[in-house]
Amino acid sequence: MSWYLAAPLAFPFLTAVLTFLIRSSKVGRWISLAGNVVLLVTALLLISQIYKEGILVTQMGNWGAPFGITIVADYLSSAMILITAITATAVSIYAIADIDSHKEHLGYHALFNVLIGGVIGAFLTGDLFNLYVWFEVMLISSFGLLILGGSKEQIDGGVKYVTLNLISTILFLTGIGLLYGIAGTLNLADLAVTVPNLENQGLVSVIAVLFMIAFGVKAALFPLFFWLPASYHTPAFSVSAIFAGLLTKVGVYALIRMFTLIFNGDLVFTHTILLWVAALTMITGVLGAAAQNDFRKILSFHIVSQIGYMIMGLALMTPLAITGAVFYLVHHIIVKANLFLVAGVARILTGFTDLEKIGGLYKSAPLLALLFLIPAFSLAGFPPLSGFWAKYILVAAALKINSWFIAMIALLVGLLTIYSMTKIWAEAFWKPHPSGLSPELSQINCKNQFLLLTPIALLAALTLIIGFIPQPFILFAETAAEQLLNPSLYIAAVLGNFS
Amino acid sequence: MESLLAIAIGVLVATSVYLMLARNVLRFIFGLVLISNAANLTLFVAGRLTAGIPPLIKKGEIAPVGPVANALPQALVLTAIVIGFGLFAFALVLMFRTYTTLGTLYSDEMRVAEPREDTVI
Repeated sequence: MSWYLAAPLAFPFLTAVLTFLIRSSKVGRWISLAGNVVLLVTALLLISQIYKEGILVTQMGNWGAPFGITIVADYLSSAMILITAITATAVSIYAIADIDSHKEHLGYHALFNVLIGGVIGAFLTGDLFNLYVWFEVMLISSFGLLILGGSKEQIDGGVKYVTLNLISTILFLTGIGLLYGIAGTLNLADLAVTVPNLENQGLVSVIAVLFMIAFGVKAALFPLFFWLPASYHTPAFSVSAIFAGLLTKVGVYALIRMFTLIFNGDLVFTHTILLWVAALTMITGVLGAAAQNDFRKILSFHIVSQIGYMIMGLALMTPLAITGAVFYLVHHIIVKANLFLVAGVARILTGFTDLEKIGGLYKSAPLLALLFLIPAFSLAGFPPLSGFWAKYILVAAALKINSWFIAMIALLVGLLTIYSMTKIWAEAFWKPHPSGLSPELSQINCKNQFLLLTPIALLAALTLIIGFIPQPFILFAETAAEQLLNPSLYIAAVLGNFS
Repeated sequence: MESLLAIAIGVLVATSVYLMLARNVLRFIFGLVLISNAANLTLFVAGRLTAGIPPLIKKGEIAPVGPVANALPQALVLTAIVIGFGLFAFALVLMFRTYTTLGTLYSDEMRVAEPREDTVI
């Protein structure tokens, strides 16, 4: 058993148990932070190991590949784990100042770390049923986090979040059942070998659509995204930041994994649907955001529209497009989590997130304004920030294979994104405060100021680094795309001794 | 036997879709319980039904001899039932909390997180 693979999976759960046991003490928050820093170290070790050796595989309980549960990490998984660890560390610093002791006593830190563990498990597993289990681990802890505190808004958003996600879970399970019925295996690599040789390819396409809907709900794709803007603006800011950064992206990861590895036989059918869904997701998301007037609601709708870009990369299915999708995933997690953290500070300063009730932050808190500008411009795709490169690669990929239509949509949605970001900028930062107040950063005591702004500054710095030195990141994404488009590498790594 | 179970699954799904279309979220949850059982049955049938041949390994052998029942789908269904139980326990408590905090179980009236434009002003 490889410790490189087991460690990032074990530490979040260890941290969760420890923080649950001492949930009434204030030490819990520091343990949570320490646990996430350790996780970051293990994620770095894992990615450097994969850089040296290629795809890493370990069989749990030493049962051979198609029978036991396989844990496998390639370039995409390891990048996702690293970015999860970075976001989790940033949010756990922020949470020290943001989460009150009542929520800590209710078990915030334990739920948070279980959530991180579930996310990492989903990235690492090489078995379909195991993926289902990790999704459930993630889901149940996210339910808890979402309604922690129990305000009216949270319960209301929670009902929609819980019910729609449970439906997706059931569709996922049905899909697993049917796929097992025709293929007789649930190991992803084994499925990749078995599925193309099945007689009944029509049934495979049906099952592919079932998975598309199940993961589409999790990823908040076009007709299935309604739970997201209904709930993401209700919980604590640390919770929305980690949700916005990671949860939908696990759905996107699952889609990328399934539709490059297993359902790659009938590209004309499946990937055409994905392309249309991507276009509609981008448009509805950005239009929904334009209609909103609340800091967090605008950002929530933008998650939906940005998911469209990643699915567009998957739908085009060329090496450049997949490179773009992987790059976009990584860039988006950092930027989106950061914007929610900024919204949290704006809320602490002004008391509201409704854009009509706040203002004047540019004058009274220029540092916060600067820290907002970096992720906001990056999201909108201003050069030379990370979002520019992500959008550039995707549009270039679309133009290269003459998909003028989707390229046009992507550019148009980018333009409308700028509109929303300028709206937040103009309302929250530029216009004078409606009641003439001057909400300065010095209202918050020094320690909390440090705890709230450090993670924002770190994530903004990361955005700048990706923006100014994109070459290594693009190369990394290219290698990841190469691995995704050559499933034989993945299959050989997992089933090596059998074929 | 397979076709009988397939019909049963169909009836379960139809009933649960009817229940889930109701405005009352409690009915929705009951529909969800039924459809999750339909999914469990699908998983079970997908493993092929073989009656009366338990997958037991004789003393001295390392694998069962001849055709035996597939034990894997049962293990999967068991896992799914346990997970489903946890999720529905949570969902039921959430509905109870919804009723006590919001005072309604009708999804049309749940507009706290997303108020209508005309009621805001």
